[in-house]
Amino acid sequence: MAEQIQTETQSDSSVHTGHPTPLTYFKVAMTLSVITAIEVGIFYIEDLGLGIIPILVVLSTAKFAMVAMFYMHLRYDAKLFTGFFVGGLVLALSIGLSVLALFKFFA
Amino acid sequence: MAHAEAAAHGGEHEETSTGLNHRKLLMWAFLGSDCMFFGSLIATYVVYFGRSKVGPFPEDVFSIPTTSVSTFVLLMSSMSMVLAYAALNRGSIKGFRIWIASTAIMGMTFLAFQVFEFTDFANHEVHLDCVEIRTNEAAIEELTDYEKTFVDECVEGVDEFEEQHGLTPRTNLFGTTFFTLTGFHGAHVTLGVIWLLSLLFFSFTRGGVTPARSLDVDLAALYWHFVDVVWIVIFTVVYLFGVFPGI
Repeated sequence: MAEQIQTETQSDSSVHTGHPTPLTYFKVAMTLSVITAIEVGIFYIEDLGLGIIPILVVLSTAKFAMVAMFYMHLRYDAKLFTGFFVGGLVLALSIGLSVLALFKFFA
Repeated sequence: MAHAEAAAHGGEHEETSTGLNHRKLLMWAFLGSDCMFFGSLIATYVVYFGRSKVGPFPEDVFSIPTTSVSTFVLLMSSMSMVLAYAALNRGSIKGFRIWIASTAIMGMTFLAFQVFEFTDFANHEVHLDCVEIRTNEAAIEELTDYEKTFVDECVEGVDEFEEQHGLTPRTNLFGTTFFTLTGFHGAHVTLGVIWLLSLLFFSFTRGGVTPARSLDVDLAALYWHFVDVVWIVIFTVVYLFGVFPGI
């Protein structure tokens, strides 16, 4: 019965929106929660030292990408939308790195 | 009918020069520019990190468990937002109302956490157990650098030292950059909550929110998810990196 409902929902959603099903949204939410829990768990491992930086960067980038791809539908929408957003992100990153370099953060 | 179909397909196949809905394109352009806005604020916070001359510092005021809960609430609000959009596209106005109301409530919960946090920071108190400090040398090592500057206050006859040293935007560089960054994010969330509540309100008016006009909800959803992804970055860079002992 549950499978039937899920299939109907999937079919209905696919026909009308071309977007993921509510089940996919739920799975994404659970994955985001688990990654957040891992981030907080890792935070308490003091032995990691500076090694925590790449780990947390990878985990938060994964969360960012999941929300953008599935919840903001960039995976399913026109590539131009992705271009506008990624363009802004790249510029933001460039601004950030420039500011850090200007203030000799990496020295 | 054509409009409804275009809206349901995320604004594609429109009769525009790009073939895309220009309202949606404008929203993405705005979000791209907002990335630069928050990128600048985050970079400024990082540049001044560790350069404050006086406390309190991040390790004195941050509570990772509390912020983790508020982060979880905001992540879940993103899920309920997409479920509201999906419900509307299925033609379920009732489902839409339930999920959009849930999203607004979770947004307000996040804001309540932020108000609690800001108030807590502003009223931060340095508390030292002088008896423990006098009898156990290891107790001093457990204090933060800022708390250690108050150890001299534990003179003979003083059992407990307690003094208010709140963190405000004027206290130090950390306070200025932290409140500016998280304050602007909070302002974005506030605007998002107002937008969600207005959609909920208009869903009760005739023709206000319909599957044919789902693009209105799609735009609000994009804004809401953006607020969420910005917080993902802030939570890691400001909170987790900010108080990790190894950094």
